[in-house]
Amino acid sequence: MSLTIAQLAVLASFLSAIVPLLFLRHPHLLVRTSFFLLGLSGIASAWAGGMTLLTNHAEQIVLPIGLPWLHVFLRIDPLSGFFFFIVGFITFTAACYGPTYIREHIGGQHPIGTLTFFTGLFVCGMLLVLLAADAFSFMIAWELMSVASYFLVAYQHDQAENRSAAFIYLLMAVVGGAFILLAYGVLAGFCDSFSFASMAAAHLSPTWATIAFLFAFIGFGMKAGIVPLHVWLPQAHPVAPSHISALMSGVMLKVAIYGFIRFVYDLLGVMHWQWGVLVLLIGAVSAVFGVLYAFMQNDLKRLLAYSSVENIGIIYIGLGLSMIFHATGHLEVAALALIAALYHCLNHALFKSLLFLGAGAVLQQSHQHDMEKMGGLIKKMPVTATCFLVGCISISALPPFNGFVSEWLTYQAALQGPVLRSGILGAMIPVASAMLALTGALVTACFVKVYGVIFLGLPRSPQAAETQETSFGMQFAQVILALCCLFFGIFPTWTVSAINVIAENLIGTGLSKAAGDGWLWLTPIGKQTASYGAPAILLGLLASWLIVYVLLHSRRDNQTRIGPAWDCGFGPLTPRMQYTASAFAMPIRRIFSYVWCIVEKIEPAHHGKGPRYFLQTYDWIWLVIYVPIGKLILHLAKRASLLQGGNLRVYLSYSFFTLLFLLWVIV
Amino acid sequence: MNGWIFAIIQTLCVVLFAPFMAGWVKWLKCKLQNRQGAVPWQPYRDLLRLSRKQVVLAETASPIFRVAPYLVFSVTVVATSIVPIFSVQIPTAALADVIVLVGFLALTRFFLSLAGMDIGTAFGGMGSSREVTISSLAEPALLMAFFTLAMNASSTNLSSVISHLAQSQFILYPSLIFSSMGFILVALAETGRIPIDNPATHLELTMIHEAMILEYSGRHLALMEWAAMLKLTLYAVLIANFIVPWGVAMTLAPEAIAIGVYSITCKLLVLGYFLAVAETVQAKMRLFRAPHFLGLAFILSLLGMMSHIVLEVR
Repeated sequence: MSLTIAQLAVLASFLSAIVPLLFLRHPHLLVRTSFFLLGLSGIASAWAGGMTLLTNHAEQIVLPIGLPWLHVFLRIDPLSGFFFFIVGFITFTAACYGPTYIREHIGGQHPIGTLTFFTGLFVCGMLLVLLAADAFSFMIAWELMSVASYFLVAYQHDQAENRSAAFIYLLMAVVGGAFILLAYGVLAGFCDSFSFASMAAAHLSPTWATIAFLFAFIGFGMKAGIVPLHVWLPQAHPVAPSHISALMSGVMLKVAIYGFIRFVYDLLGVMHWQWGVLVLLIGAVSAVFGVLYAFMQNDLKRLLAYSSVENIGIIYIGLGLSMIFHATGHLEVAALALIAALYHCLNHALFKSLLFLGAGAVLQQSHQHDMEKMGGLIKKMPVTATCFLVGCISISALPPFNGFVSEWLTYQAALQGPVLRSGILGAMIPVASAMLALTGALVTACFVKVYGVIFLGLPRSPQAAETQETSFGMQFAQVILALCCLFFGIFPTWTVSAINVIAENLIGTGLSKAAGDGWLWLTPIGKQTASYGAPAILLGLLASWLIVYVLLHSRRDNQTRIGPAWDCGFGPLTPRMQYTASAFAMPIRRIFSYVWCIVEKIEPAHHGKGPRYFLQTYDWIWLVIYVPIGKLILHLAKRASLLQGGNLRVYLSYSFFTLLFLLWVIV
Repeated sequence: MNGWIFAIIQTLCVVLFAPFMAGWVKWLKCKLQNRQGAVPWQPYRDLLRLSRKQVVLAETASPIFRVAPYLVFSVTVVATSIVPIFSVQIPTAALADVIVLVGFLALTRFFLSLAGMDIGTAFGGMGSSREVTISSLAEPALLMAFFTLAMNASSTNLSSVISHLAQSQFILYPSLIFSSMGFILVALAETGRIPIDNPATHLELTMIHEAMILEYSGRHLALMEWAAMLKLTLYAVLIANFIVPWGVAMTLAPEAIAIGVYSITCKLLVLGYFLAVAETVQAKMRLFRAPHFLGLAFILSLLGMMSHIVLEVR
């Protein structure tokens, strides 16, 4: 049943790519049909995924298409159902948001049909990746997802920076895809077919298992955006249209996480603690690095892209902990860490999509990428500002919203570190949790900057002063996501019980006591160890708020007077007197100065103009790793081009000697 | 049911005691510096006066500015309600553990910093920027110190942690020493005391907390000030019950609670004295020296955790 609905969802997303092409002459009709079908696909996949997860069953079907000996295996089980739900839900909100958001592209220089066509294919590819149950169809779906998203990144290709961002994205997607192919190749060497079922049954020697793991780690990590494989992310996300950024950051990165979990937990079958240490360390580095770089960005969408690197890091910390505990036989703690990672996948999809959609609304209204030119938007766009505030609180992992729950669960897993009874591992876990704590604190700082500079204060440019609230569809999508952020923060018990079946399937044991004390209490290990009663906390907050409010407002004559802000007697305040985004980040920039490559320049005053200050921060990893690799490849290519002399006789002799060599090899 | 009523009464007592704590430290500081000084209950008069005054809002203020005082105050009150103060037998401790407590404090800081940036003056932004810088270094150290205590008691529940500490045999574990030292340093930074911030100054170069609430007036200012005093008391309670937990009641029996009330009052007054002495004998640091101070706190807390895992786990 749920597999049928899932197939219908795939079909609907495919139709949303194809059908609107019939109406190329009528762009408004085209946009409506496309997003309507996309929304249907989203609802269907969220339904199929949710049903599979809640009923805890798996369905498989073999489609006799493709090559005669390579049938297509499709399967949906709780793990893929969970990710199916995430993809479907975010696609639905993007479909609500999209129609009015891309209205300004209608009649523009870029054909609108391209955008809807590749959006449909992109969603179709992601859904197929989740359904695929053999390596062959998995790879085809994976590449469909990559290539379709490449065209979405390159949509506004008239600007050179967009073209280069799209090219880097495509390059890294292809290299990542090759690594995943190699990983499946290693597994396929030990079994007789490409289906996941036979791969899971194969027995690998530890060396080959480690090689396959490393290939998969690099391949999926490149798509997920772990440090140092993240460089495409901050370039590709800002240039895509915002609802696509929401899909790419909120959902596509999760599909990569899905692939990694499927490969490591399901297909490899064995687990070594050394793998867990690698995942944990890379996760911790990604988290800290991501948030520090996010803090320095002044382009809102670029900042959100770096923050995705940080959140992927947090997910990897959870996965790493889970793998370490799994390999050392502490299955219940392993289940806890896995659930924390999965919960954070859901949360990140919700709040990062919310923030990207909010960023899109701000961008559409103010036509500004640069945070330094915004300010005071809360008065012009109250609904967007409120939803964005919910997103900021959630991503900063503050109670009682959803981001806090998954970090709380991750900490609970890390605090079980002493059960390992091993010096090295025991020392590793506190360091990782220290990194997580540092990340959490810096994220709060980062999003205070974002919200304070964009929505509060005075408008810093005329465009920012003239913004208006967005259309109903765009507000609706954001409100839905904001409510979900609150819902998953207040009722974690239900969510954890639902995700629990995934841990039971993959690890063999779940959190039996997570909801043991009723739905009010989240008790992952036991009530004595730790408990969290989010609904009661919210109630307590509201009650104390109400009491304070009533007590202070009991006197009638206590009116509020509104007047100009105190300006020390020097004349009115101007927007230029406010702290800027760069100034706000300055203390952190100075404290962690060795993390970025900072270029500062001061132009002295001349011709009646005041002095000017320029600040640029560059990514060390790009400069230290990628630029030299690029140079090396160019150099080698030049050397290789010596072969291409342009002389026919030389080319013929190449063929002749190749022929001779091959004959020698064969005979 | 008794437990819930007791928890509410306990919270109310501490909320009402908080202005005295702040006044007590101020009074002691004045005496130590050969000044006359206002009586310790002066903050009550100030709060009452502020709450009666008219609120003057800037034209540029957004709803965030008006919501923030209520939110900051009520979150701090809820944070106080989950901490065992007189007795460890409080049902509210199960609602939220130490990680949630840190989350609450971060939530108040989030809104405090946003309120600082709301009006669009230079001071507010400056205060917010400094506040988030200091706290992003202090919060990890705080969490690490809490984690060490939590690992010792193998629970993050505050009641379990404090009753474990009070009931276990008195041994100077290295982990407890390191994490207590880290915790005290963080507490100074988080409550805005010398050497990180000076609560008694309005000079632009030195202020952090005062810069953020500069635009507040009337009942809003009263709530912000009261929340700050409550935060100081909360940290003092945590130091008292973590480092010298003896005296805190293990049951809800009236005699035990009486001893608990008596002991925590004495501990808080003594801690206030130490704070006044510390603030008198040292000067405020430059802002960019603060990372060294907080880095030390972080390393101490991390060392505490490491030494627990490496040396003490059997």
